[in-house]
Amino acid sequence: MKEPKKLTTPLTDDDVIALKIGDTVLLSGVIYSARDAAHRRLVELIKADKPLPFELQGQVIYYMGPSPAPPGRPIGAAGPTTSYRMDPYAPTLIAHGLKGMIGKGARNDAVKEAMQKHRAVYFAAIGGAGALMSKSILSTEVIAYPELGPEAIRRLEVKDMPLVVANDVHGGDLYVEGVKQYSRI
Amino acid sequence: MREISAETITEAVKKLCISANTELGEDVVKALEKAVEMERSTAGKDILKRLLENAKIAREEKIPICQDTGYAVVFVEIGQNVRVVGGSLKDAITEGVRRGYSEGYLRKSICHCFSRENTGDNTPVVIHYDIVPGDRFKITVAPKGGGSENMSRVTMLTPAVGVKGIKEFVVQRVKESGPNPCPPTIVGVGIGGTFEQAALLAKKSLLRPVGDPNPDPEIAGIEKDLLDRINRLGIGPQGLGGYVTSLAVHIEMMPCHIASLPVAVNIQCHAARHKEAEL
Repeated sequence: MKEPKKLTTPLTDDDVIALKIGDTVLLSGVIYSARDAAHRRLVELIKADKPLPFELQGQVIYYMGPSPAPPGRPIGAAGPTTSYRMDPYAPTLIAHGLKGMIGKGARNDAVKEAMQKHRAVYFAAIGGAGALMSKSILSTEVIAYPELGPEAIRRLEVKDMPLVVANDVHGGDLYVEGVKQYSRI
Repeated sequence: MREISAETITEAVKKLCISANTELGEDVVKALEKAVEMERSTAGKDILKRLLENAKIAREEKIPICQDTGYAVVFVEIGQNVRVVGGSLKDAITEGVRRGYSEGYLRKSICHCFSRENTGDNTPVVIHYDIVPGDRFKITVAPKGGGSENMSRVTMLTPAVGVKGIKEFVVQRVKESGPNPCPPTIVGVGIGGTFEQAALLAKKSLLRPVGDPNPDPEIAGIEKDLLDRINRLGIGPQGLGGYVTSLAVHIEMMPCHIASLPVAVNIQCHAARHKEAEL
């Protein structure tokens, strides 16, 4: 395997264009966690032309709802949730400047088209490795919707979070290509 | 009549919720170690190794294997000669889940179906009661994550499709699920009974140690054939391509109606969490 690429948020168009499916990435900087209920609210705000709880331009959203932080830790287990449930909302966020998404599982055509059109990338994290993933999160802060509990939006400071590029701006889809390579039917 | 106090049950359930979510079973660990040997994809091998590392971190540092600590599903086998004192059995179990998820720093993942408002304490609990002879009391806590549960289905097949049709339905379900249930998975299959019984059989099959075959050689043969077909799909670890899509297929079967052939597929991610206690 190739050496992992080190990336720091916020991401630029150049950062994103340089990425290809299958690239391993170590991501550092600030990212935001948001999942089902938070996405519904973010898109409602955009449609109502109201300000968002954080600036989307160049940012990365992690589809994740952590388990509570035990004493002495910044966060509990913190692996990705399945991304297709955010597909109805993702194109709107991408059109408003979102540059990266972290989750697990394939995206639909509308999301992939939005990623190509507006230059955004989709990273896969290891689903089910919540204890391991938590090791790359240095600090967390709930910045919106605390009443949603695990679904609140959190600002996360991450260091060398291990990811793989699953969809790039060039139309590549690792979920399609990877399976093609190993299918024996 | 043997008496068991509600408080004893509550404390047992609390402990089981915590241990199930932080200690991956040795059967799964062994299955993952075997999978590392079988996997041909370098990236896939790396993912499997990371899942093993994840299980080690969770066990040693007492944090959940996965942040989705699941819907608490509880199976109770209660002897006819057992009486619960000091409260109702249902309340005792519910309180155990409440305490376990709070004291164990487990995620509360249960919400209202329409408003999506979180219930705040991971209750209610899905409880399956089984009244058995004698005075035993066995309780199993099996937290079930949403990602793999979402990929599960029940169908009522036409009897004419036979074993071939059953196999096609199972393989198709795994294929369509692709990366979503966090492969490598364990595929639980319930055949027969009625609509709801098939689903329960599928869920119960997931309590079997990973890879233990069904005692009926005919069914064990179908399990083996299905696992081979599933692992030829190429989905691989995390759905990014590879040879190991599933660690095992478990089938439970019972007779069905002359008009029916119910089949349920309950998909389980590698975090096949279940812990049991006899009180």
